[in-house]
Amino acid sequence: MPLTTALPDRCDHVMTRLEYSAKDQSSALKPPPDAAGVIETQGLNLYYGTFHALIGVTIKIQPRRITSIIGPSGCGKSTLLRTFNRMNDLIEGIQITGNVIVEGANIYAPGCSIEQLRKRVGMVFQRPNPFPLTVFENVAFGPRVHKMAGRGELMGIVEQSLRAVLLWDSLKDRLHRSALELSLEEKQRLCIARAIAAKPEILLMDEPCSALDPIATARVEELMTGLKSRFTIVIVTHNMQQAARISDDTGFMLLGELIEFGDTDQVFTAPRNEKTEQYITGRFG
Amino acid sequence: MMTLRGLREFCIEKAIFLCGVAAVVFVLLIFTFLMREGFSLFFKIPMTELLAGTHWYPISDPPRFGILPLILGSLVVTVGATVLAVPVGVASALYIAEVAPAGIRDVMKAGIEMLAAIPSVVIGFIGMVTLVPFVKRLFGLPTGLTALSGSIMLGFMAMPTIVSIAEDAIAAVPTEYKQGALALGATRWQMLYRVVLHAASPGILAAVMLGIGRVIGETMAVMMITGNAAVIPESFLAPVRTMTATIAAEMGETVKGSLHYQALFAIGIVLFSITFVVNLVADIFLHKIKR
Repeated sequence: MPLTTALPDRCDHVMTRLEYSAKDQSSALKPPPDAAGVIETQGLNLYYGTFHALIGVTIKIQPRRITSIIGPSGCGKSTLLRTFNRMNDLIEGIQITGNVIVEGANIYAPGCSIEQLRKRVGMVFQRPNPFPLTVFENVAFGPRVHKMAGRGELMGIVEQSLRAVLLWDSLKDRLHRSALELSLEEKQRLCIARAIAAKPEILLMDEPCSALDPIATARVEELMTGLKSRFTIVIVTHNMQQAARISDDTGFMLLGELIEFGDTDQVFTAPRNEKTEQYITGRFG
Repeated sequence: MMTLRGLREFCIEKAIFLCGVAAVVFVLLIFTFLMREGFSLFFKIPMTELLAGTHWYPISDPPRFGILPLILGSLVVTVGATVLAVPVGVASALYIAEVAPAGIRDVMKAGIEMLAAIPSVVIGFIGMVTLVPFVKRLFGLPTGLTALSGSIMLGFMAMPTIVSIAEDAIAAVPTEYKQGALALGATRWQMLYRVVLHAASPGILAAVMLGIGRVIGETMAVMMITGNAAVIPESFLAPVRTMTATIAAEMGETVKGSLHYQALFAIGIVLFSITFVVNLVADIFLHKIKR
């Protein structure tokens, strides 16, 4: 895959264009003592063949907070999310310029281990996708492939992870049944538990509630709020109410550009950009 | 009063109905015929002597109809072919479905289909002139016509079935599973081994069963290269005779209605039962995937 990194002049250019977003962050947050759980992009451009899908995106996602990325369909929000754990690498004909820095390391630099990156940056997908294995084997998948635990410790990790998503009590007697027998909500919770079991710092969630009914959505949102003390959570959603309810920071994307990024209250009550205002007030979408 | 158009519809409907039931009727007729010709032997010769008898001397006096060497012959060749064809076939299916770039994939699929199109007598013939002398020299045997030679050539014949059905099953594994595994930091091999093969396992088992069915029923190639000695095989390097080869070789020389004739039909019944069970198991697995 052709890959270029860090074109300094381009980065500078982008920084001036998106200056306001950098200002927002510095006013809203103190800089973190270390880089744990921080995701930063600098002048990130992504092309699908000739289609320019991400245009000069510069964003700094803060640790132990929920950051939501909103915007209309096709604006590039999922694409952006998938650059954070390099899931876009699976698509042919993709080209990336600029930097993506996860916990202080440029993840598109040569020599960066994709497996280690994905261990630190877990992902939950739009449709719950438990493997056709048992509940236990699903949760144990990450620890097993990363050889994180001996035979005896595995059960402990599985229990912790299932407790974290509030599934332990209902599933502790069904650990060796197929995960495909669970309800949709349980499946999505299981997928979150599976991601947590690999002990990541960051959780990426790509419209994690769009397949769920409103009650299940509310419960999964509650779960995410509970998890943010331990993980940096980045959630892509087309549901603005959801972004407003659960996130601390919000980024608004349109046609591949990050139009506005800042504190959720500010973005929803006093957007700086006219397009953000038009979108959140429902004038287009 | 039926109109002309109504009559035409009626005739077409009945005609295709007859074609449809023909297959089922033929199976029933074949089964009945097989039973009628062969079943009476089970009363004339004790079951234990037939199935457990170690000597197949159908034209000696008195004749002996122990089909155990033939069953074991079929079994040895089938096991050998399966052991060779299954790992190679499944690995090849995995390569075609998951690893190969599009161009190579098309070439390989076409190649596998060509392999299926080679007549079994040609496979037998090629094995006879190339593999048999090679096996003879390699192991220093008096003859290269052995169970091993038969297993290798039959492995080739089972490959297309195994590869194409296993490939379908592997390609049908949803992308979400693969993405989920990769997103957890699994390497490609871990993803294939821990998730894809698991998800495709019913289809792969069906592929294996159908491959076995193909091998058990195969006649011409085994007759040409396994040596046809109706003795209990001591190793893979000994000549064997399969049930199919026995029927094909001897049916032309029997008197209709004689004990020998009935014994060959009895072998047919045993063979039919085995392939029926194998196909049934394959069908159950295939059905399991569809759900």
